[in-house]
Amino acid sequence: MGKYIKFFLVGIFFGIVLVKSEAVSWYRIFEMFKFQSFHMYGIIGSAVATGVLLLLLSKRIQLKTIEGRFLRVPLKDRGFRRYIIGGSIFGLGWALCGACPGPMYILVGTGVFSMFIVIIAALVGTYIYGVLKDKLPH
Amino acid sequence: MSFLSQPWPWYIAGPSIAVVMFLLLYFGKTFGMSSNLRTLCAIGGAGKRVKFFKMDWRDYQWNLIVVLGAILGGFIAHTFLKSPEAIALSEQTMKDLSSLGFTNAGDTLLPKELFDWENVFTIKGFSILIIGGFLVGFGTRYAGGCTSGHAITGLSSLQLPSLVAVVGFFLGGLIMIHFIYPILF
Repeated sequence: MGKYIKFFLVGIFFGIVLVKSEAVSWYRIFEMFKFQSFHMYGIIGSAVATGVLLLLLSKRIQLKTIEGRFLRVPLKDRGFRRYIIGGSIFGLGWALCGACPGPMYILVGTGVFSMFIVIIAALVGTYIYGVLKDKLPH
Repeated sequence: MSFLSQPWPWYIAGPSIAVVMFLLLYFGKTFGMSSNLRTLCAIGGAGKRVKFFKMDWRDYQWNLIVVLGAILGGFIAHTFLKSPEAIALSEQTMKDLSSLGFTNAGDTLLPKELFDWENVFTIKGFSILIIGGFLVGFGTRYAGGCTSGHAITGLSSLQLPSLVAVVGFFLGGLIMIHFIYPILF
């Protein structure tokens, strides 16, 4: 249990940030895809900018993880089709139900229990991908 | 405390999300929320039938703990730090939503037209949630990540595949909002 507490705390912080910034709101996602507000672009943009800085800095000072290895981000597999096709399929779903996988769970915490239907459907979608994986272009 | 219950501006939220990503890397893990869907499938026994789910899900337990924390975080924010005002959506968004038939936009986090039980159990309402969820689950695994894995972690580490994935996210999202919504609503 002890080694998991830090993950639990990070999760709590993540949940609070996403609710308080309204990033979990279906309305904010709608507004983003309509290009009618800077809000979501500001969140994603400043997250990436901060992320780039933190990663550059940790490389510069050769920061090690608590497991004693150099901190590094695992590289995504090379490819194009899986990212553009898979990404577009995800985008359709994201815009339709207004929730990506993080907010899905967080919204359950805010008392939206109908989100369980979305989560179950997402599990089915993940399962079907697993079944079809070798037949799909990657 | 009152500043905590105000809506948090983007320049607080964005860097905070980067800190979440960074902490998980520092703990020797990575930030990726959609992987949990695969883990949950594996826990449910999907590995017996499908190779993709043959994995030791105990290695990914930490990420499920992040999810449990996030659910509690959602509860805390919603219960103790709830802001008194409606979401400050742009005027044009409010107009567009009302012409699509969404009323009281921004009063709650999610539109009751989609997530209230009485609407969930109509054929249209149920289909929207099922199809939306399915596409999210299928698409994220196909693309190998979602907003956290590609848009935040992948872009922060300047990875080209993640940029392609994010372009895909927007391609799909724009098609849905600009071409499919007008048919649906």
